[in-house]
Amino acid sequence: MLSTKASRDSHGQDSSYFVGWQEYEKNPYHDVRNPTGIIQMGLAENQLSFDLIESWIARNPDAVGLKKNGASMFKELALFQDYHGLPAFKNALVKFMAEIRGNKVKFDPNKLVLTAGSTSANETLMFCLAERGDAFLLPTPYYPGFDRDLKWRTGVEIVPIHCSSSNDFQITMPELEKSYQEAQRLWLESTAFDCPKFISITEALMDRHLENTDIWSRIHIVYSLSKDLGLPGFRVGMIYSNNETVVSAATKMSSFGLISSQTQYLLSRMLSQSKFTSNYMEKNRKRLRKRKEMLVSGLQSAGIKCLKSNAGLFCWVDMRHLLSSQTFEAEEELWKNILYGVRLNIPPGLILPLLGAWLVQNLLCKPL
Amino acid sequence: MRLLSRKATCNTHGQDSSYFLGWQEYEKNPYDEVKNPTGIIQMGLAENQLSFDLLESWLASNPDAAGFKKGGQSIFRELALFQDYHGLPDFKKALVEFMAEIRGNKVSFDQNKIVLTAGATSANETLMFCLAEPGEAFLLPTPYYPGFDRDLKWRTGVEIVPIQCTSSNDFQITSSALEEAFHEAQKRKLRVKGVLITNPSNPLGTTMTRNELNLLLSFVTEKGIHLISDEIYSGTVFSSPGFVSILEVLKDRKCENSQVWDRVHIVYSLSKDLGLPGFRVGAIYSNDDTVVSAATKMSSFGLVSSQTQYLLSALLSDKKFTRNYISENKKRLKQRQTLLVKGLEKAGISCLESNAGLFCWVNMKHLLSSNTFTAEMELWKKIVHEVKLNISPGSSCHCTEPGWFRVCFANMSEETLNLAIQRLKSFVESMNNQSHHQMLKSSRRKSLAKWVFRLSFDHDHREPEER
Repeated sequence: MLSTKASRDSHGQDSSYFVGWQEYEKNPYHDVRNPTGIIQMGLAENQLSFDLIESWIARNPDAVGLKKNGASMFKELALFQDYHGLPAFKNALVKFMAEIRGNKVKFDPNKLVLTAGSTSANETLMFCLAERGDAFLLPTPYYPGFDRDLKWRTGVEIVPIHCSSSNDFQITMPELEKSYQEAQRLWLESTAFDCPKFISITEALMDRHLENTDIWSRIHIVYSLSKDLGLPGFRVGMIYSNNETVVSAATKMSSFGLISSQTQYLLSRMLSQSKFTSNYMEKNRKRLRKRKEMLVSGLQSAGIKCLKSNAGLFCWVDMRHLLSSQTFEAEEELWKNILYGVRLNIPPGLILPLLGAWLVQNLLCKPL
Repeated sequence: MRLLSRKATCNTHGQDSSYFLGWQEYEKNPYDEVKNPTGIIQMGLAENQLSFDLLESWLASNPDAAGFKKGGQSIFRELALFQDYHGLPDFKKALVEFMAEIRGNKVSFDQNKIVLTAGATSANETLMFCLAEPGEAFLLPTPYYPGFDRDLKWRTGVEIVPIQCTSSNDFQITSSALEEAFHEAQKRKLRVKGVLITNPSNPLGTTMTRNELNLLLSFVTEKGIHLISDEIYSGTVFSSPGFVSILEVLKDRKCENSQVWDRVHIVYSLSKDLGLPGFRVGAIYSNDDTVVSAATKMSSFGLVSSQTQYLLSALLSDKKFTRNYISENKKRLKQRQTLLVKGLEKAGISCLESNAGLFCWVNMKHLLSSNTFTAEMELWKKIVHEVKLNISPGSSCHCTEPGWFRVCFANMSEETLNLAIQRLKSFVESMNNQSHHQMLKSSRRKSLAKWVFRLSFDHDHREPEER
């Protein structure tokens, strides 16, 4: 009587990624109330810079009070459901996105589509670019949520691009070609091309002077404020595309997941202040680097190595030497030991196919 | 190789319909009391702008709710991180209690059976994904909300088969209309998974009778299919016979342990009752655990901002506020509807008798040049471009009879509504004058002909025959 989507397991939420999360929920660590509980290290959240945001809010009460220069904006915001998004918010967002990329690229707010989180953005792009049964290629290891976000309701398939530790998991042409043999479409995800700093795909395209080519209209960027600003609860995501048809279709589809106007307003005020954003980005990066160094050196003293990293809210940790055998069964065994014995929730690489036992260990989520 | 999906390139988003076109015309030339007094008055948008003062004064007295504070303490961090698709517990509790209050507490809701979504748009689509495969169908009584063509069908691949309702019985659902729709679906080789009703109805502005609800329950029980009741306008019922929720009827029929219990699902939203479409707050309520579980996971694709959940949990937990709001809001809606109905009456235009909603279902058949949808479109274009009112033609709502229009009354000031009524009155008068003029012309022609005829026969002394 129900659809197959509702009744089967295709939501992918029986994977160990979610199981670990559930175990944590049953017995969560708390420094006072539950010091022997499970420490959550499986959640990629950025809790390091809330103080900066909170102090901004304290100085700018109008932004939360839905006021502008003391006058109430409540009615306008309460009624604002235009799927083109709050113009002031889109303008502030493209400015922020450019700042993150060192202002080496510029973004056009008319090519931006707002969505309720990048979860919604990714699914919407699948609906726009692929039919059921079509496929996208993803380099492994990848975020477990993609199995649900990209495939569940869309019927799109994921074909992995196998990456291995032999070259620090970088994407290679032979592996790309191999995956392509099994699939129909190519989606280039933003990557750091063998360089110590982040290079946006847009920058790479511009460097190669590809602005007016066919490929320009086939590159799409997804972004969200859930990680950089640590605001996953506010559901702020977006799609950026040079393809007018994609922007148009995605805009209409965003009706199924619009961002609350209350939230758009608050963030438009915050992100339009360059003084705040430049200070935030600088401090946030410093704090993330410090935390990462703490984890890496801590693990080192335990004889555990990490993949050299320069971004994100987590480390990719090598615990192969702790396996009873070089198998995924042994990896799962180790994961269970760590979850129930050591009481740390860290998602195993098993669910991130297919190469060896790598365990994701997050930077500490709670400040010490 | 097709570069984009068919969904992205075709027209099934339904946004080429006149419902959206009228909106676009309005956007080009919007009425403003001061800046553009001859512009188009928007009467095609079902918004509730009548009770913002109540919300604003509550906000002013409760700054913590919007300021991320609880008992003076900042909870910013907790809210910023809260992305649990089970929703903020305090908000769900406040929401189900509010829903019960709207139903006169004749039914109660379990907060564990509610799924929060970014608006009813998201709720309806999600239910389709949960209940039907691509190519299967849902039956909907006509006329229905034009947005359903996009929301229910576009990305899901589900079909809509209409249950034809007519003015002969005030557009009520009959068992023969239900059976006919079911057979039509079978003829089209579509497997019917359920019926979706909007109660109170958009665009009719009427609550469903107990009789209709019983009929529907018997029908879905017999066919073994689902019933979705979109009760988004449940808080806008301003006069008798009052609102009867499908859950109340289920209770009365003692269906709690029957199979149909699990197949009735309710959709709700705060966009109409509270006038907050911008905040994107919708919900699915279901007694089926699997539906709740699947819909909860699917809500990941459209969660309600935690900032908004918190604000509204504080608002809706204030029972003094909600009680006052519900009753005051109803009063104001009733007063506005009366204004419109009486105004239209003076212009010789009648409406379907209504007791809910933010609009009237207006009968302009007598203004059509012919009883056709072409004539309806003609009339609609005149009203948009000459009378400068954006109203929704019945054909955009899939009405089977030409000449009906949905006219909204709660999204403007009283002055603007009066102006709109004036414009319509003048338009009708000018149409009457025109047709009177035509009649005069043709009767003058007739007398001239008679006179000429008489002259020509005069010397015969024979009486001409009467024509």
